Amino acid sequence: MSTPKTSTPSALEKGTREITMAQAIREALAEEMRRDTRVFIIGEDVAEAGTPFKVLSGLVEEFGKERVIDAPISEAGFTGIAIGAAMTGMRPVVDIMFGDFITLAMDQIANQAAKVHYMSGGKLKVPLVIRTTLGATRRSAAQHSQSLHAWVSHIPGLKVVLPSTPYDAKGLLKTAIRDDNPVVFFEDKMMYQVKGEVPEEEYTIPFGVADVKREGKDITIVATSSMVQVALAAADLLAEEGISAEVVDPRTIVPLDKQTILASVKKTGRALVVDEGYQRFGVTAEIAAIIAEEAFYDLDAPVKRIGAMDVPVPFSPVLEDLTVPTPEKVAQVARELCGRR
Amino acid sequence: MSQMILPSQVEQAPELAEVSHDEWLRMYELMVKIRAFEEQVNELYLSGKMPGLAHLYIGQEAIAVGVCQALRPDDYITSTHRGHGHCLAKGASVDRMFAELLGKAPGYCHGKGGSMHIADPDSGNLGANAIVGGSTGIATGAALSAKMRGTDQVAVCFFGEGALGQGILYEVMNMASLWKLPVIYVCENNQYTEYTPYREVLAGDILARPRAFGIHAEEVDGQDVRAVYVASRRAVARARGGEGPSFLLCTTYRYLGHHVGDIDRSYYRSKEEEQRWRSERDPLKILAGWLMRQKIADAQILEEINQRVREEIAAGVQFALEAPYPDPNEVDQHVYA
Ligand SMILES: Cc1ncc(C[n+]2csc(CCOP(=O)(O)OP(=O)(O)O)c2C)c(N)n1
Repeated sequence: MSTPKTSTPSALEKGTREITMAQAIREALAEEMRRDTRVFIIGEDVAEAGTPFKVLSGLVEEFGKERVIDAPISEAGFTGIAIGAAMTGMRPVVDIMFGDFITLAMDQIANQAAKVHYMSGGKLKVPLVIRTTLGATRRSAAQHSQSLHAWVSHIPGLKVVLPSTPYDAKGLLKTAIRDDNPVVFFEDKMMYQVKGEVPEEEYTIPFGVADVKREGKDITIVATSSMVQVALAAADLLAEEGISAEVVDPRTIVPLDKQTILASVKKTGRALVVDEGYQRFGVTAEIAAIIAEEAFYDLDAPVKRIGAMDVPVPFSPVLEDLTVPTPEKVAQVARELCGRR
Repeated sequence: MSQMILPSQVEQAPELAEVSHDEWLRMYELMVKIRAFEEQVNELYLSGKMPGLAHLYIGQEAIAVGVCQALRPDDYITSTHRGHGHCLAKGASVDRMFAELLGKAPGYCHGKGGSMHIADPDSGNLGANAIVGGSTGIATGAALSAKMRGTDQVAVCFFGEGALGQGILYEVMNMASLWKLPVIYVCENNQYTEYTPYREVLAGDILARPRAFGIHAEEVDGQDVRAVYVASRRAVARARGGEGPSFLLCTTYRYLGHHVGDIDRSYYRSKEEEQRWRSERDPLKILAGWLMRQKIADAQILEEINQRVREEIAAGVQFALEAPYPDPNEVDQHVYA
């Protein structure tokens, strides 16, 4: 198995094709399940239904109901069962339909999965992947729209993955399944139908390696998951005004590639961090603090951050759209940081 | 006054004759060992040598021993905050147990787990757990894993009656029954959830709960290792035979406090009640009396066992007291595999 040196699929010799994020995730699962019989899927409506988002369609036909297991609506229960299975030789992939529902399984994730390896002095391992979703603007209101990745990022022992393209999603999910630790893998539910180039050939993407999604010299926009497209759109707006924005996508927030972020900030002298989690005590706060601590003397302006508004996500489209960062909002803050109005 | 169940009818059980004398003596020795271990832990606490607290298993020894005696070394258990007895019964050694309790390097978890988190995969122990009900998923998952891997291993989930208040137990019992998993839920009803008589916080019939999921459930005299062992053998045979989960409700009593620091207990239970359990329903006395009546052992054999255990405990605690603390470098090791 080879790991491509660069992150862009076009660099690969073999061909690529355009597939959706959902297809990329399904391919990663299918390839890993073919490669390793210990890998299985457990969650609600994962088998014939292929999840409400149809991400898993077709897998049960290939792997059968023993390896694509429809569980009752018991997030804590089947997450706990997956942890026990992981501790005893299996490699489960748990499907938690909406990221909002990780709260139901939080004891199992934070107090069990994350701590078993440490508490046992390194003797037990939990090779577990929890796939779940994030992202608002689906008009689903407060209990189906949150981006709660900061919750798990706070807990030592967990790894946290935030893919933003089909290419990244496939390569990172394969790495997650091969990792010997509990990994929480957040998929932006609004991006399942977004298409992107994915190599025909097998590949994986290592954790802790950020990807510069667009190069620039005036300002660094660090953006995660759903916010990468927003940052790239903002960079287009800024380019029209002669501001050159660099967009850095960490891809995994635990582990975090500080080096790439800091190198970019040292080059541009300005930093803006964008993430769809609640802004308060969130991922943007953490990354902004790292930049302030470790690149302060290279900064020409204070670090800024934009997260989701600190309110329960409202239903009405008019209101909901106010709560998430938009290209216009990101461009406006970037402009101010660059001393423009 | 807490319920005290009457001596069981186990003496008539035909399975008793199938158990060798050596096996009975092993069970007796393990029960004595657990009691002596716990008395030593109490002593370590009272003399200020042990960091933190510990929840002692004294009074409940017959359950861990009777259940684990019915298991193979490669079968799994998960345990609780009151877990020393389970660990020892499944095969842990006293020296490394003491070392873990003292936070020392040779402890089972390099001193990083402590009393409530002893794990020993080599003896099938997937870990004690300080979250009430927290390991019910893990045990059920180990059973799912055994089934998927095509082994005939069995998983036992030990928990106190306090865990009956946790929703995850019902979630996993539902799945265990649906998928016929080889898991045995062993509920140790020692009458109190911390400082509250369990009847104040538990409605209805306990056995009706597993039965509602179609899980085979029975009540067992938790003070009589013969009864626990016989019931466990049946449950293990069901599990290995693909007949699915069982639930054993073991009625028992913890002799001492909720933890070692719970010394004045008069506000929640009487000394007379404690004394009655000790004198009338003590698991060690019940087994010793029967072994002598059956002429499986005499007073001298039992005393030899007691003496051997005393020496093992003394050597084990000495080992732990002299053992080094972990290197400070350990602190950030094993956060990730
Ligand atoms: C989820 C959770 N809530 C509360 C506690 C605090 N706590 C520790 S032991 C205990 C009582 C447990 O009673 P039971 O399950 O009957 O076990 P016992 O102590 O009697 O062996 C409580 C409430 C905990 N450890 N975990």
